[in-house]
Amino acid sequence: MRVKLTVNGAEHDMQDLEPDMPLLWVLRDELGLTGPKYGCGIAQCGACTVHIDGVAVRSCQVPAGDVWGAVTTIEGLGTPEAPHPVQAAWISHQVAQCGYCQSGQIMQAASLLAETPTPSDSDIDDAMSGNLCRCGTYPRIREAVKTAAAKLSKE
Amino acid sequence: MAGLKTIARRTFLIGSAAIAGGVAFGLYKYQTPHANPLLDNLPEGAAALTPYVLITGQDITLITPRADKGQGATSVQAALIAEELDVGLDQIKTDPGPPSPAYYNTALSGDAVPFRSTDDSFLAETTRAVMDAPIKFLGLQITGGSTTVPDGYQKLRMAGAVARETLKTAAARMHGVDRGLLRTERGTVILPDGTRLPYQTLAATAATLDPAREVTLRDPAQWRLLGKPMQRVDIPAKSTGTQAYGIDQKHPGMLHAAIRLNPAQGGDLRGFDATEAEAMRGVVKVVAVTGGIGVIADNTWRAFQAAEAVSVDWGPAPYPADMDGHWNALSNSFTPEHQDSQFRDEGDVDAALAQGTDLAFEYRAPYLAHAPLEPINATVLVGAGRVDVWTGTQIPRFVQKNVAQLAGVEPDNVHIHALMIGGSFGHRLEDDVVRHATTLAKAVPGTPVKLTYSREEDMTHDYPRQIAMARGRGRVSGGKVETYDLGIAMPSVMASQMSRQGLPTPGPDLQIVAGAWDQPFDIPNYRVTGYRAPELAPISSWRSVGASSNGFFHDCFLDELIHAAGADPLAERLRLCTHGPSRRVLETVGEMSNWGGALAPGQGRGVAFCLSFGVPCAQVIEISDTDAGIRIDRVFVAADVGRILDPVNFEGLVKGGVIFGLGHAMNCEITYAGGAAEQRNFDSFPGMRLYQCPEIEVRGLETARKIRGIGEPPVPPAAAALGNAIFAATGQRLREMPFNKAVDFA
Ligand code: FES
Ligand code: FES
Repeated sequence: MRVKLTVNGAEHDMQDLEPDMPLLWVLRDELGLTGPKYGCGIAQCGACTVHIDGVAVRSCQVPAGDVWGAVTTIEGLGTPEAPHPVQAAWISHQVAQCGYCQSGQIMQAASLLAETPTPSDSDIDDAMSGNLCRCGTYPRIREAVKTAAAKLSKE
Repeated sequence: MAGLKTIARRTFLIGSAAIAGGVAFGLYKYQTPHANPLLDNLPEGAAALTPYVLITGQDITLITPRADKGQGATSVQAALIAEELDVGLDQIKTDPGPPSPAYYNTALSGDAVPFRSTDDSFLAETTRAVMDAPIKFLGLQITGGSTTVPDGYQKLRMAGAVARETLKTAAARMHGVDRGLLRTERGTVILPDGTRLPYQTLAATAATLDPAREVTLRDPAQWRLLGKPMQRVDIPAKSTGTQAYGIDQKHPGMLHAAIRLNPAQGGDLRGFDATEAEAMRGVVKVVAVTGGIGVIADNTWRAFQAAEAVSVDWGPAPYPADMDGHWNALSNSFTPEHQDSQFRDEGDVDAALAQGTDLAFEYRAPYLAHAPLEPINATVLVGAGRVDVWTGTQIPRFVQKNVAQLAGVEPDNVHIHALMIGGSFGHRLEDDVVRHATTLAKAVPGTPVKLTYSREEDMTHDYPRQIAMARGRGRVSGGKVETYDLGIAMPSVMASQMSRQGLPTPGPDLQIVAGAWDQPFDIPNYRVTGYRAPELAPISSWRSVGASSNGFFHDCFLDELIHAAGADPLAERLRLCTHGPSRRVLETVGEMSNWGGALAPGQGRGVAFCLSFGVPCAQVIEISDTDAGIRIDRVFVAADVGRILDPVNFEGLVKGGVIFGLGHAMNCEITYAGGAAEQRNFDSFPGMRLYQCPEIEVRGLETARKIRGIGEPPVPPAAAALGNAIFAATGQRLREMPFNKAVDFA
């Protein structure tokens, strides 16, 4: 099946792709965008989180043929030179340990703040609990979300 | 460094002849048989004087051989060198360097001898020193046992100092000034007139010199980096999706592979039919590997799908098919024939218990997967007479040897490119993934193959944490703990793990009793016995190893005795504790938690202590018994590592360790049915999620005599403190992990 995707603003026209290949593997193995990570493949860990039209989704669960909007991956959110405010908060709080879950955590947090600019503690718990961190960086994730929220609401 | 890989193919250089404006510094003052590996790797124009600092005309690269699995090893190794070298962490590159015996781990021997880590006696220190010799001889370049900091603390600072002093000599010669008048700062030598000479401009001259012989390490009071909050060098990349892990490897023409192994780990592959799989889109080849099949394809997902489509005939499990068989094997091991050690036997336990036993309980700890979030993977390219391996590993030299054997080349022709690891917890002490990737890559010579385990294959072939059982008997009298007798049965982790590398493990396995026999308590009658159960499922080191189960056993049984005596849990532990730093961490958590202060109805507070890897760590946990189940409200932690090199990273690792310990105690186990692990993914092996995460307050003390690592010590007390808190709140004693067998968690 012919699949057209917009990823981080770039158009990709793939002439012949299985429509059931998960978006995660299209991004990683077909388009070479390895920011989204494979952790479980069954919507349990959130490492693969990307945005479709600004909303966090688990890319391991979205078949390539069903992508309904523009895709943004962590690479499209910000860069080391020009980090998104959520990424800047992640850097200043030094959230990452192994860092493998953090692409997904950051995409999830960015989506939360786009929808709920001043989240309560329980908003944060609700939004972020689908993202596993095996290293246990949860306390700093909570702090960084709050820092990013404060910064974004000032902008 | 772009350098090390490219350089390896170029000219050899021995000694200190000048070559292309580069110089490599290391520290080879002690009597070592191992050559500086950077010597082989230098381009014409560079010289290798030590294995840890490489300076070229462009760059300063610090070599950080211990694997970074998220614990910040790269950063702390770089900081130790940079502190003495006088460079900023923003001015350097890091590189793990090549596998080399020169990078052997000097701190491993500390935990391999039967002396308590609190024992500084002449005999204990001498034995540790003697043990160091074979480890040096074998050149064990291993990351593990929370040893990165103790191992590197002196030698990395020395390497930085040797390089700095040599660069000063080079500057003195080039500019005809007295070297005593020179200073160094931020990667430059400063001449008396204030001119700053970047190290890069001195490299070619430094290359012609012998490295400085005598250097003095700075007093910690003068440190610029160490001991202060640092920005870990890996954080920006890890916050922007730009950190490349092994799973992200990309090479021209690379193929992607999946694997399907006998669900009974270690069982045989009897036969397979790949007709259907081979016809699937993108599939290049289906190959038999040891105990399973691998599929090489043009995309990971296609390889995963095809692996499922192969029909396979599996042999039986080489261990009991069901859990009853495993538990029975442990239960039957509490016999004199199975006794492995009894390093602690004080007073007269038998005589005391002959008068009657107040308490006798059995405790259980399950198999646990390491389950780092990055599924294990390796990329291998088998070329003509040369093999390249890109992977994250804690045992690069073993990997090199094993790949060489499989590929039929000399170990020197196996080039290991060590990569950042997305979590390990001990998983990357195993190397089957590399062996299987090599077998697959041999089927398509000249083409790089990246093998990625599916989460299910990873979790079910994880070489889990040991299963373990303990039996405690004891007596109390006059409100005090009087007799404590603990027997612990488990298979030997060391024997299982080392056998896979063809290494014997003579003598008792200290891990069977680690975190129990060596606790700094003075109980009148006190005995800890290790029983070696037969080999069951293959197991390996899991964050804190033996202490991960034994910390729970030892402290919870002590808590039971203290309650039976009617004593205060904190006061009685303090009364029994004989070791200064251990007493201080207990006192500190008491103060932090306002121990004894009032709690709301339904709340409870538990304390636990474990000394592991030389680090005393105490924790107080407050929980609430709610309608939705047990909620962990707050955790107070104190640990003493002697000296904290980065307080920010220290705090993060302590909190992470507590969460790791609590999450597994709450809801994780690996069980076998029909020989196969029943938990295949995070739906049945969740650990702690963010909404369950308590507030955690950490205090690091720096009173202990020796510097230690903090990766593992926060894990063992966590489960015990949780169990003790649940008892305090509900009156229910939990003697088997995971606790969700008996209680719900909110
Ligand atoms: S990989 Fe998609 S949720 Fe885990
Ligand atoms: S930082 Fe390692 S899994 Fe989150």
